[in-house]
Amino acid sequence: MKTSRRNFLAAAGGVGFALTLPPARATRATMQDAIRKVVGDAPLRPGKVRLDVPPLIDNGNAVALSVSVESAMTQVDHVKAIHVFTEKNPQPNVLSVYLGPRAGRAGFTTRVRLADTQTVIAIAQLNDGSVWLDSKDVVVTIAACLEEIG
Amino acid sequence: MSRAVINMPARAKRGQVIEIKTLVGHPMETGFRRTSVGAPIPRDIITQFACTYNGTEIFRADFYPAVSANPLFTFTTVATETGTLEFKWSGDNNFVFTESATITVD
Repeated sequence: MKTSRRNFLAAAGGVGFALTLPPARATRATMQDAIRKVVGDAPLRPGKVRLDVPPLIDNGNAVALSVSVESAMTQVDHVKAIHVFTEKNPQPNVLSVYLGPRAGRAGFTTRVRLADTQTVIAIAQLNDGSVWLDSKDVVVTIAACLEEIG
Repeated sequence: MSRAVINMPARAKRGQVIEIKTLVGHPMETGFRRTSVGAPIPRDIITQFACTYNGTEIFRADFYPAVSANPLFTFTTVATETGTLEFKWSGDNNFVFTESATITVD
């Protein structure tokens, strides 16, 4: 096929676009996959977990995030793990925390990056096998992760 | 070399739940960023944090690139006995950093 100017420009534009695409982002589906990979087939129920994250975030590079779970934290009834996931960060996993009765209280506080206005999910796995979740919608004005540096 | 700050009570009553705040200096380069000429910047993050109390692991966390630079992490434990808490961060490029703190339990 003879390459016309129009075809050439369309192809060249496509190449340029492909090169400047931001890294692939997580989607709701990849987040679900990541969650399933961690918790297996256990049903997710809302409740028990409390995810605290500001609803409006000026700077996505350092967002205070805390998770707490209602639990007696005894040998027979405790939280085994807490996981945090996001919907639109480049990678759905944020962090996974493993704890036990010696923690005294089930919870932690940290700072995370959020790439976009999205849903953040916290999941708690209890020692009896039940899995609980809480989700929060956040609005991010300055995104993390995708800026260039000189 | 890195630096860490641990903030926790030096004394506690037996059975009391104490709060431990940890902060470690690390860029947590995500691996998703590029330089102005488009070259990808390789990932350099802390992937694991663990805390042991007199040799027994009481807390562990896996970090992903979404954890902010200079990871701050606050958690709790039950003061069971006088001793040492060891904190260990490990990650990409053979990064390992340990810090310890002592507690007196009465």
